[in-house]
Amino acid sequence: MLRALEKGADGVCIIGCMEGECQFKTGNLRARKRVEQVQRLLNSIGLDGERAQMYNLSSSDAPLFARYAEEMDERIRGLGPNPMKKKKNAA
Amino acid sequence: MIVADKKPVEEIIEYVKDCRKVLVLGCNECVTVCEAGGKKEAGMLASALRMYYANQGIEDAQVDERTLERQCDHEYLEEIRDIADQYDAIVSIACGVGVQFTAEKYHNTTVYPGVNTCFLGATEQRGLWTERCQACGQCILAYTGGICPVSRCAKRLFNGPCGGSSDGKCEINKELDCAWQLIIDRLKAIDRLDLYEKLFDIKDWSTDRAGGPRKVQREDVQI
Repeated sequence: MLRALEKGADGVCIIGCMEGECQFKTGNLRARKRVEQVQRLLNSIGLDGERAQMYNLSSSDAPLFARYAEEMDERIRGLGPNPMKKKKNAA
Repeated sequence: MIVADKKPVEEIIEYVKDCRKVLVLGCNECVTVCEAGGKKEAGMLASALRMYYANQGIEDAQVDERTLERQCDHEYLEEIRDIADQYDAIVSIACGVGVQFTAEKYHNTTVYPGVNTCFLGATEQRGLWTERCQACGQCILAYTGGICPVSRCAKRLFNGPCGGSSDGKCEINKELDCAWQLIIDRLKAIDRLDLYEKLFDIKDWSTDRAGGPRKVQREDVQI
């Protein structure tokens, strides 16, 4: 997640299985914790923690995936470009 | 294992904000298990510092990451011999032992701690580590059913619980088990309540921290 943001991604969206339905049992719960860690870290260094988001959905639920993708798109457009990207472009 | 907790990144930034070349140094041992200072955490901290510098408009900053097998052994610390003095600062996210050993070995580079070293403990569950040993240097677990009153009794009592023990809990915190209740329960379970009758002599604390820094010297293994 951090690597992507460091390279200039405006946002990183992690999508896991529905809670309680993960083949790896707690993998999606741990992923959520990781995302929360990254959000706190981003806030600590003056970047917007909202650039990292966690969603849960079933693999067959395409309409919900589309809705989440739109939501993420709207969120990062609201936040503006990742400052890392500005820096990369300037270099 | 040695249990450590991450320092807030703001504190680490305060240490290194004026540095331009920083090495984040992780450790593959205890701090990896307690998810405070292993390879993964080194990567996260280094990435966060790089983004911090970039966001501050500091373009000539360089933050590298490296994780050693251990930072408390010469042979592993030697792995950074050729690069250590290239950095303005090393942020060691090993325990306090690793931080100090790194600093002792590389005099010319400032070494900052990236974690708070907390205690000797066990992983009760993921994300929960609890203290089990204070390294007092004179282990009495053979007589206490394998439960340590030095580390687990708030008063370090040696001959049964104090008056603050109530319903098996300690008076300092109602969620904390009374160590002596645990000891008695355990001795009962292993049918060794006779050990509870044994009166401990006054403990010789000279092997504890009171006498200053300690050392273990083993001539049988020294070359």
